[in-house]
Amino acid sequence: MRIGIPKETYDGEKRVATTPEVAGKLQKLGFTVAVETGAGAGADYSDEAYQAAGVEIVADAKALWDSSDIVLKVRAPDIGRGEVDLLREGGNLISFIWPGQNPELLEKLAEKKTSVLAMDMVPRISRAQKLDALSSMANIAGYRAVIEAAHQFGRFFTGQITAAGKVPPAKIFIIGVGVAGLAAIGAASGMGAIVRASDTRPEVKDQVKSLGAEFVEVDYQEEGTGVGGYAKVMSEGYQKAQREMYAKQAKEVDIIITTALIPGRPAPRLITAEMVESMKPGSVIVDLAAEQGGNCELTVAGEIVVRHGVNIIGYTDLPSRLARQSSNLYSTNLLRMLEELCKTKDGIIDINMEDEVIRGATVIKEGSITWPPPPPRLSAAPAKPAVAAAPAVPKKEGFKLPPQVKNGLLLGLAALAFYGIGSGAPAAFMEHLTVFVLACFVGYMVIWNVTPALHTPLMSVTNAISSIIAIGALIQISSPGKVLTTLAALAIVLTSVNMVGGFWVTQRMLRMFRK
Amino acid sequence: MSEGLVTISYIVATILFIKSLGGLSNPESSRQGNYFGIAGMAIAILATVFGPKITGLNSLLTILVCMTIGGSVGVFAAIKVKMTEMPELVALMHSLVGLAAVLVGYANYIDPTTGFSGAEKTIHEVEIYVGILIGAVTFSGSVIAFGKLSAKISGKPVLLPGRHFFNLALLVGAIVLGKWFLNIEEISAGILPLALMTGLALAFGVHMVMAIGGADMPVVVSMLNSYSGWAAAATGFMLSNDLLIVTGALVGSSGAILSYIMCRAMNRNFISVIAGGFGTDGGTPAASGSAEPQGEVQPISAADTAELLKEAQHVIIVPGYGMAVAQAQHTVYEITKFLRDKGVEVRFGIHPVAGRMPGHMNVLLAEARVPYDIVLEMDEINEDFPHTDVAMVIGANDIVNPAAQEDPNSPIAGMPVLEVWKAKTSIVMKRSMASGYAGVDNPLFYKDNNRMLFGDAKKMLEEVLTHLKG
Repeated sequence: MRIGIPKETYDGEKRVATTPEVAGKLQKLGFTVAVETGAGAGADYSDEAYQAAGVEIVADAKALWDSSDIVLKVRAPDIGRGEVDLLREGGNLISFIWPGQNPELLEKLAEKKTSVLAMDMVPRISRAQKLDALSSMANIAGYRAVIEAAHQFGRFFTGQITAAGKVPPAKIFIIGVGVAGLAAIGAASGMGAIVRASDTRPEVKDQVKSLGAEFVEVDYQEEGTGVGGYAKVMSEGYQKAQREMYAKQAKEVDIIITTALIPGRPAPRLITAEMVESMKPGSVIVDLAAEQGGNCELTVAGEIVVRHGVNIIGYTDLPSRLARQSSNLYSTNLLRMLEELCKTKDGIIDINMEDEVIRGATVIKEGSITWPPPPPRLSAAPAKPAVAAAPAVPKKEGFKLPPQVKNGLLLGLAALAFYGIGSGAPAAFMEHLTVFVLACFVGYMVIWNVTPALHTPLMSVTNAISSIIAIGALIQISSPGKVLTTLAALAIVLTSVNMVGGFWVTQRMLRMFRK
Repeated sequence: MSEGLVTISYIVATILFIKSLGGLSNPESSRQGNYFGIAGMAIAILATVFGPKITGLNSLLTILVCMTIGGSVGVFAAIKVKMTEMPELVALMHSLVGLAAVLVGYANYIDPTTGFSGAEKTIHEVEIYVGILIGAVTFSGSVIAFGKLSAKISGKPVLLPGRHFFNLALLVGAIVLGKWFLNIEEISAGILPLALMTGLALAFGVHMVMAIGGADMPVVVSMLNSYSGWAAAATGFMLSNDLLIVTGALVGSSGAILSYIMCRAMNRNFISVIAGGFGTDGGTPAASGSAEPQGEVQPISAADTAELLKEAQHVIIVPGYGMAVAQAQHTVYEITKFLRDKGVEVRFGIHPVAGRMPGHMNVLLAEARVPYDIVLEMDEINEDFPHTDVAMVIGANDIVNPAAQEDPNSPIAGMPVLEVWKAKTSIVMKRSMASGYAGVDNPLFYKDNNRMLFGDAKKMLEEVLTHLKG
């Protein structure tokens, strides 16, 4: 099948759905690939680079759409610009769709008997992580948010003591610790700022700490993990406590980055006008939820505005501002999606609705709208093992003596044995027994000091030493009788193999240990 | 040389042996320790040879010839042996000690010059009997262990039906024969029960080791090490020789401690290892299906592995028996050297039971010239995994199985393991998806941050190295 990549038409959109590198890999899957001229220009991929990867360059958007069986895009097709009309009857489209926000688009696409896979609908299960484009884009947005903030912020991030005076480190507060939030924490702490973060989901606390940031908790008991690892709407009491915490942080910090989103709803209003007013002049707010209405009351989507001396950044195109990186990651996500669709690697896609990942992403299958998908099966490792484990529990435990009784019995037996030996054995034997028991203890003390790295040399050297048994054979070599001498001689041969070989190989090994 | 001088020499030899073992506490002093051992052995042998017990030029000549023959064989074996074959060599050497103990026992029994009577005679005969018994078990057990280690015999445990009763019957038989043996006055008649008992002991040794599987070999090898020591000690009692008793006790306790360490590292009871088979005391491996790992494994190519390693700052390599089988230690070192030269911190994490004998991996890495100060024990390195970028597992399985910690119903639950899954990325090198020795599926393979590098360890590592350099 033929894959076509048109130039993005949205204003200022610099990303491209497929990089030359990925185009090469798509061809290995059996597809032919065509790109509209200049499609990669925004992300610094020239037409020549595509040609070098064996991609056909098509000059005209219409010709490209017409000739493509599968169209790969970044942004959802724009009805106003006629992109939907360009799509061929019965064709396939893979891009961001946002079906919840764009019911009209969905209708129009369905009319054309197309199949559409929405990259934003890929279910959040571990198997699908490699094609989770939302995470890829969120990662970039989080990073870029810090860069934009740094650009607007009039000071260093990192604290310094210079000849010209002391510079305090910037304090950054990050609301919402999803993929974007984590990326922002990483970027900000990498630049030397003091980073704090908060989230309604308590399980992200460890992740925050692992990135070197401080986790600010809301003083209220409620857990906010919804289906699929996303956040959910919190209760009124919680929200009040949360607002108090935000208000306190707003007074202290220099930069606030908000990333709070709840799937399928407008973004929660977290930063009020009063909070903005309470911030220091020159502070910065980056609102990553601007497109969904903003986490801050004063955000204007797509612009930077100054309110009460605070720069409020409401850019909605942060991933596009890092076009090469985001094109790179997004096209890899698309590649993984096509790998899932084309398991046979023969260039023919199969939209297998039995597959959980493909089912989730498919919003239109051959003209019929299949969105929304059935709810995902349990998110992470389910509680199933615990249930199934129950019948397996009764192990054959057997009867066990309590440890005291067991130890007592052992001690008693030992005492009895010693009594038996002591009362019956002759004096000469007792002397040897004394030596033997003491030697065992010496051995015990010495061996525990041996480093585990040298356990193999230990075995070979003890092996060599145990050939001391040769003495037993030596003292019998002069005894009368042929059989006796032969036995002794044979034993001498055997033990000397051990003796010489053991020491030799030990030496060989020990010589190898070096710093 | 008088009897007193011989005894003094023996005391010196004893001290040297203890110092020899003490020297192994760190690699610096270990070489010197080995020389102490050699010196001790030389003193003991010379003192005996020139002592009052050996008379006549003929005897001296016989000794010289015998020791030359044996010594040359020993040197030949020591030079020829590959480091991966150390377990086999050690097992073979144990068998020699065992056989020597048996021969010395017989020789002592038929020696007409001992002249004990009464209680002393009984004790002497018990000592002979026990010495031969332990020697024979050590001999046959070590031979089988050698066969298993060198893959001449299948590594799978051979479990006879009613094997515990069989062992019990052998024990009872040995006691009955012993009673019979003690009641016989004539030496020529006493040989019969002694020979029968030897047969029983040999059978016991074979049966015991046959029932033990490949990965329990570290325990078996160290146990046989211990037995060879006890055999020497028993011979010492028999000959009323304190040097043999002390040396035997040293070796015996050394082997016993190693066995204990190995058992603890597998969270298994010594008795249950020796009783044979795996999982015979709990659920069978199949019953662990309750926690079937979920998801799919993610393969990785050698090129991508090289890429990951290049970008990492902290790398931990966890080698297992697979590395020994593939003889991959030299390639591992090449990679280590390359990465270290680039400023990447590379270290090794060694599980106590990795490989087929205690310390097996350390010797292999030392052979490949990996400096020993970057080769760490499990307890030393386990807490560093969360700060590690890449953890590479080479031919190991059960020792990195998270089920040991996460699944209380797993047959290996509670066994201490290397927590490689806590690293940012773990790469497991494996030939296929087959489960490890314990027959337990490994949930590590299905973790999100784990990648599988399939193929022969040596070949794949060489590819990784090529990509690193390229």
